[in-house]
Amino acid sequence: MIELPTLESLNVVVTLPALALVLGAIVLLLVDVFLPERRRWITGWLALIGVLVSLGITLLTTDRTGEAFGGMFVADSFTAFLNVVVLITAAVGILIAMDYLRRTDMNRSEYYFLLLFSTGGMMFMGAANDLIVIFVALELLSIPLYVMSGFRRPETRSEESALKYFLLGAFSSGFLVYGIALIYGATGSTHLPAVWAAVSAIVEGGSSAVYLVLLGAGLIVVALGFKVAAVPFHMWTPDVYEGAPTPVTAFMSVGAKAGGFAALLRVLVIGLPSLIVAEQTAAAWVDALALIAALTMILGNFAAIMQTNLKRMLAYSSIAHAGYILMAVAAAGHPAVANQGVQAALMYLLTYAFTNLGAFGIIIAVERNDGSGVSLDDLRGFSRQRPWLALLMAFFMLSLTGIPLTAGFVGKWYVFWASINAGQVVLAVIGVLTSVVGAFYYVRVIVRMFLEEGSADLAQPRLPRTLRAGLIVAGLGTLIFGVLPFLAADMTTGIQIALAALGGG
Amino acid sequence: MNLNEWAFVGIFLAIAGILPAVPILLGWLLGPRKPNPIKTDTYECGIETVGDTWVQFKVQYYIFALVFVIFDVEMLFLFPWAVAYQRLDLFAFVAMTIFILLLTIDLFILWRKGALEWT
Amino acid sequence: MIPLWMFLVVGAALFAIGVFGVLARRNAIAILMSIELMLNAVNINLVAFWRYLTPETMSGQAFAIFVFVVAVAEAAVGLALIVAIYRRRQSVVAEDMNVLKW
Repeated sequence: MIELPTLESLNVVVTLPALALVLGAIVLLLVDVFLPERRRWITGWLALIGVLVSLGITLLTTDRTGEAFGGMFVADSFTAFLNVVVLITAAVGILIAMDYLRRTDMNRSEYYFLLLFSTGGMMFMGAANDLIVIFVALELLSIPLYVMSGFRRPETRSEESALKYFLLGAFSSGFLVYGIALIYGATGSTHLPAVWAAVSAIVEGGSSAVYLVLLGAGLIVVALGFKVAAVPFHMWTPDVYEGAPTPVTAFMSVGAKAGGFAALLRVLVIGLPSLIVAEQTAAAWVDALALIAALTMILGNFAAIMQTNLKRMLAYSSIAHAGYILMAVAAAGHPAVANQGVQAALMYLLTYAFTNLGAFGIIIAVERNDGSGVSLDDLRGFSRQRPWLALLMAFFMLSLTGIPLTAGFVGKWYVFWASINAGQVVLAVIGVLTSVVGAFYYVRVIVRMFLEEGSADLAQPRLPRTLRAGLIVAGLGTLIFGVLPFLAADMTTGIQIALAALGGG
Repeated sequence: MNLNEWAFVGIFLAIAGILPAVPILLGWLLGPRKPNPIKTDTYECGIETVGDTWVQFKVQYYIFALVFVIFDVEMLFLFPWAVAYQRLDLFAFVAMTIFILLLTIDLFILWRKGALEWT
Repeated sequence: MIPLWMFLVVGAALFAIGVFGVLARRNAIAILMSIELMLNAVNINLVAFWRYLTPETMSGQAFAIFVFVVAVAEAAVGLALIVAIYRRRQSVVAEDMNVLKW
């Protein structure tokens, strides 16, 4: 008799946030095919309602933790926090897209389904407790994004960006499954706590299987490095971000990163923290991640200086920010600061989500219908025409730089603090120095808007309501977490994924 | 490794090769050769061929093919389920029903979107 | 019985051929085929590990089926993108995709 779960052991309640979203997406698909053409605008709003319902369920069930689906799905504070981040991203992603899709003649309802399914993938990623789930969730996250990048369809650049993203994304998922297969071969399980136990035994026993685990972990880091755009796996990022429609870029830059880092944290901090070789005190992957983080911060920030296109500039900036989060992930490899590192990474993701969505929202406001008007020079004299928008953009730029009283500062503070506690002082110094370099190109945007004369010729005379709502959410998030940092501290201190796994393994 | 076990495979392969080769060879040796245009024409169900072989297919054909491949491979999940069916409980039945229901919804949406229409 | 390492060598060789194909081929469809080769190399590994190491649990086999299905979903999306691009440009050579700086 094969052991099978009963309905009680399924523990459906903890899966409700993710299930509600995916079910909502399926129902939406059905509703959409029955809607007559002139009522299609409802789809976007229904999608938004679906996201908000899921967000509500997440907030109501934050204290419900546990495993589901035979231990493959785990709901803990990490899952809940990540759910909040990706659901806010999805909601803002829908709001800033609604008017844009209409005016650029891309108003196909598929945008909303794909966005919902991709969000579902991110949520499953945050709840993954098994390497199989991580793989399937990563694909559920990525495949809709490939299609969405090519959404501006007869446009050549959009198609090209979709194909590039697809080919490199599929290539990297090949590395991911190979790495997972090797870890499965070495430990005999794909269940993360079981992997943790097996790796501990292998390391203590001095078995040669440790090389298999090391190779597997390396391949997984390469694959997830592609997803989060870390140097040297970042080549696709600027092209894809520039070619994809701007709301897609906004959603992708935050969502794909959140999903990728969730997987990285789950695999490395829960599955492989005991992979300590050659008489070191920290896990073997810490040095590799620290090196990647340093390269990512340096290259991302310096390459961003040379960009003249705002979307490309933000693409390199997003590479740089991936470096800061990697710094926190590397810190989480030290047993004593594991939880602090995870908290810092999540905090950075949250603040980055608000700020980056806001910055892309303003690009959507200035972009013309044919996709032009997004170069740095197009912002000349922007403050004269739209003082409020310019102020908001300046605020987002300062937050990306990490100036105090913005959310970006709080995120950076957490990351640097975790890094110093982990003893990675050199890395922290590189982080601070590259932030100063970053200030150069962020402040240049502000200078263009406020100090240089010109006539920024805007696409629309008035800001559409939905876009305004999205910008308000992003701006408020950036402001609240900037001036009330203890709010963030309260939210994250409960997150204890590493120790829970060590105790349960 | 015991080679005798594998000798059967070799003998089988040899016989499988010889059996069709002999008639073809005999036909080639004994038969008369008088080619004419009709004889050398490409055989296609006995109907005269029209146009070039290298034509472009309608794009609808690719959509059909893609849809078919996806549904075909989703069926892969049914095989382990069917093999173990006798030993499964109600839960597995319900789970598979949900899976097939989702596939049906997919098919329905494809139909409504017009992906199954040829013209 | 054939030892496990032989399967692993075949898997690694196929994976390496796939990686080479992705890096060396210029045609988008050939790149897609190489990616499929990589995923199938992983399947050989998974099934071999399952058979030799943990025949009593199903996870290796189940994972192989998931890899199959996801590979097909990926291929379907990729082919659809390639068909869409081919219809406009009459070319699917990766080097011709140069409107954006690589």
